[in-house]
Amino acid sequence: MYKLAKEHTNDKRNNRDAYDDAMLDMMKVNDKIVHIDCDLAGCINATRIKKDFPERFFNAGIAEANAICVACGLSATGIIPFVHTFGVFASRRAFDQVFLSAGYGERPIHIIGSDPGITAAFNGATHMPLEDCGLYLNVPNAIIMDPCDYAQTYVLTKRSAETDSLTYMRLIRRSFKTIYEDGSDFEIGKGVLLKEGKDVTIIASGVMVYNAIKASELLKEEGIEAEVIDMHTWKPLDEELIIRSAGKTGAVVTAENHEVNTGLGSAIANVLAANCPVPQEFIGIHNRYGQVGSQDFLEKEYGMTVEDIADAARKAISRK
Amino acid sequence: MKNETLNRLKLLASEIRLETMKIIASKGNGHVGGSLSIADVLAVLYGEVMHYKPEDPDWKERDWLVLSKGHAGPAMYAALGIVGYYAKEDAYHLNEAGSDFPSHTDHSKTKGVDLTTGSLGQGISQAVGAALGNKMQRIDSHVFVICGDGECDEGQVWEAAQFAAHYHLDNLIGFVDNNGRQLDGTVEEVMSHGKGIGAKFDAFGWEVIDVKDGNDVKEILEAIHRAYEIKDKPTMIILNTVKGKGIDFAETSGEHSSTLNAEQWKVVIAEAERKYEALKEELS
Repeated sequence: MYKLAKEHTNDKRNNRDAYDDAMLDMMKVNDKIVHIDCDLAGCINATRIKKDFPERFFNAGIAEANAICVACGLSATGIIPFVHTFGVFASRRAFDQVFLSAGYGERPIHIIGSDPGITAAFNGATHMPLEDCGLYLNVPNAIIMDPCDYAQTYVLTKRSAETDSLTYMRLIRRSFKTIYEDGSDFEIGKGVLLKEGKDVTIIASGVMVYNAIKASELLKEEGIEAEVIDMHTWKPLDEELIIRSAGKTGAVVTAENHEVNTGLGSAIANVLAANCPVPQEFIGIHNRYGQVGSQDFLEKEYGMTVEDIADAARKAISRK
Repeated sequence: MKNETLNRLKLLASEIRLETMKIIASKGNGHVGGSLSIADVLAVLYGEVMHYKPEDPDWKERDWLVLSKGHAGPAMYAALGIVGYYAKEDAYHLNEAGSDFPSHTDHSKTKGVDLTTGSLGQGISQAVGAALGNKMQRIDSHVFVICGDGECDEGQVWEAAQFAAHYHLDNLIGFVDNNGRQLDGTVEEVMSHGKGIGAKFDAFGWEVIDVKDGNDVKEILEAIHRAYEIKDKPTMIILNTVKGKGIDFAETSGEHSSTLNAEQWKVVIAEAERKYEALKEELS
């Protein structure tokens, strides 16, 4: 069960520590769990893991392809490896290794891609993964997650270790909004119905969940009742929830911190087309590269603000 | 080193060549050259060196073999069939629809294959991970990995090499099948290796043992015994082999992949059988 935070204020903690906390809690009771980093441990505070469990912390250096395959070899001996690097390297740089050695090779390794989408901010285009999940969507049976806050990141890290699948989880590094209270629970593959509505469904994940909630508040002032879903797992997708909600509201807006043509919006469009065709509007990156800027600037630049989502909702409703 | 052991291994290598030809003939085409060049190291590994249980392929304490040059799968299938992982004839279905014997070694399909390979460079990285995992769990075993010389073009080979040396993986013993040829021509023509592949591994912190005749079971066995004595770092054994070794047409052409018609395969299998029987006779 989850509990929504009373106010969605900035978390005092850095979101990356949710991963570290989960890892440390797991490593205390499971000596098979290891962390592999690619010279970016300092960026997610995984130095905490190195300090407490030096014998289960491995730096692979700036060599992501090897790190993925080393994790596969470890997994073959019964170890449960988590591998971290920036999302761009966890996807584009090491994709053949992910696809073949981990996916096709049936090795349940757990890959953490930090700085998802526009949260890469001032690291700019070279470090801004707008297509990472899109690549992973091509890997049969992979699990893909885009958690939105500290509580969810903590739980999904733990849930990853419990699966027998290859998992990819995006990790927001810095402090972000609190959506849920600590202690909330989440299930891989089950979206969270945050708010019920009857006019339009807004389906979001990651940093867009906060904007989706705010957009629903804006729409409410106009008498539009928006249903809001946090789709933290992109694959396997909670088709039942999508179909039920779209069937009820008759219009959908998807909001993702990712390229819309290969991401959550597309995956949801597939489900809707096959089961419940309704108008859908896509919030996210449209056929563009990343760039340098603050997260706020980038939200505006790519049309991902609260107002953009509200506009998309109005448009979707008008197309019914 | 007993003559009896060496004779047994020579005969096993000859049988691996014969079975490899039968397996590839079942499809009509395949990676003949690079399969034949590793028949001798496979004979030494499966016939003498490695600890394994065909009836329990996942036995925790086993030695591992990762065929990083996964396209030589037929040779590995031949060896695994001979030592009892399955009936030899089971593998005469190379690349058939639904077959458990694809041309590249696949853990999910074939008994005795520890890790899935085929995309070059990934096998050695996975082998490094397996060696690290076994070491972490204090399992007293070795991970063997066979790479191609052409495969060493891949950057990932060197990422794996630096990792293995950095973590002092002395339970990892590698081989480079240094047959001098890759798909588009000789290694020298396609992509040369500066001071040599051995020199590169040496520079990366590995112990390197050069085996002059990489198709000689005695030299291979001696090299592995030397590697067992090396502590705190991995060892790479450079096997100077002949692509297509032991089968006339393949040795002459040195080609990466061969396609023969049914009549030609009959001749090739007859040659391999004749050589195997003659060696058996000679050694008896």
